[in-house]
Amino acid sequence: MNRSRFDFAVGLFVAIGILAMVFMALKVGNLASFDSGTGYALEARFDNIGGLKVRAPVKSAGVVVGRVESVGLDGETYEAVARLRIYPTFRFSKDTIASILTSGLLGEQYVGLESGGDPVYLANGDRLGKTQSAMILEKLISQFLFSKAAETPAKAP
Amino acid sequence: MTRLFAAIETLGQSVTRRVDRLGLAARFSGALFLVLWICIRRTTLIIRELYFSGVRSLSIIAVSGLFVGMVLAVQGYEVLQRYGSGESLGVIVALSLVRELGPVVTALLFAGRASSAVTAEIGLMRATEQLAAMDMMAVDPLSRVIAPRFLAAILSMPLLAAIFSTAGIFGAWIIGVQLIGIDDGAFWSQMQASVDVRIDVLDGLLKSVVFGTAVGLISVFEGYFAAPTAEGISSATTRTVVISSLSVLLLDLVLTVMMFRGLS
Repeated sequence: MNRSRFDFAVGLFVAIGILAMVFMALKVGNLASFDSGTGYALEARFDNIGGLKVRAPVKSAGVVVGRVESVGLDGETYEAVARLRIYPTFRFSKDTIASILTSGLLGEQYVGLESGGDPVYLANGDRLGKTQSAMILEKLISQFLFSKAAETPAKAP
Repeated sequence: MTRLFAAIETLGQSVTRRVDRLGLAARFSGALFLVLWICIRRTTLIIRELYFSGVRSLSIIAVSGLFVGMVLAVQGYEVLQRYGSGESLGVIVALSLVRELGPVVTALLFAGRASSAVTAEIGLMRATEQLAAMDMMAVDPLSRVIAPRFLAAILSMPLLAAIFSTAGIFGAWIIGVQLIGIDDGAFWSQMQASVDVRIDVLDGLLKSVVFGTAVGLISVFEGYFAAPTAEGISSATTRTVVISSLSVLLLDLVLTVMMFRGLS
């Protein structure tokens, strides 16, 4: 076998290998939405963020419009501070409401944005004024139990 | 009493022999890394070795990947449909292939298919004194024979692992979407949502580079220091496959712990 045949076979091999890597990056993983550096940042404060994780999606009307960049705790007000990175193509009005929602019954938690009617748009570094905390299942159950207990008067022993 | 002494002596001897061999391997790899830079410029030699260990392993890697992916799809669907989430099949198959099975099974197959051949080739060169002849002609066998084969293993392993994973995902797609009838869109979109390019794909490729280094180093070392007899070459080839497979599995555990549990 002469040299050009070797070159051809190895070239083909490397091309297939690189093609497989590109396939894994684009079709299997999602490199397209891996642009966490771009877009603008918003800050949202919640009383309780439940199980929200970094890199969780930010959705508006069910469409992914960004990612959660970081989650922290304000040491003075004891509020959870979530920084959201929104893709540059999406703009939201000043009175947008951020709430923490769950996809499905056992699914992952995400931040839902509901745009209001304000003509002024949010800019980089702005804080979302209105937020709605995550629903904690235990709190819901205890609320339900207490309200049930209040409805039915306790029987005297 | 003398029997006790003999037993302790045997133990000491075997430990000394192993440590001695480990030291030899360390010095050998040190010398090999020194000549690696000279070898990188000799593309003709590397291309030749890439052909023999990379291209010739392509068919076995692709076919094994396809079958592994198909089996994963059948088994995975069996469990997932109990929980009514058969669409997550793509996630299960892609994550297990990209993170673990792709790099590990490729390295194991490569050790059996290509590394054993490299060891036998170098061992026979040693036995027929071709390496000594090269030395006499002032040709460094380390940079002329050993380094290209070592580099070819490092270079071809990530490519082969990527091909293995891709073939596996394609096999899972054939079983899952074409035969079982999972929704095509859900299969791909759920996969894309949970496979991270940096955490999963890049770490998987990094793993296969490490495996390629380990397997390549073991194969050339065993060949270079094989006893120059027919028996010596056969035992060196066996050792290459055994030690490569074990060290790939051990390295996989170490790398997985470092990558997914953090270094702390």
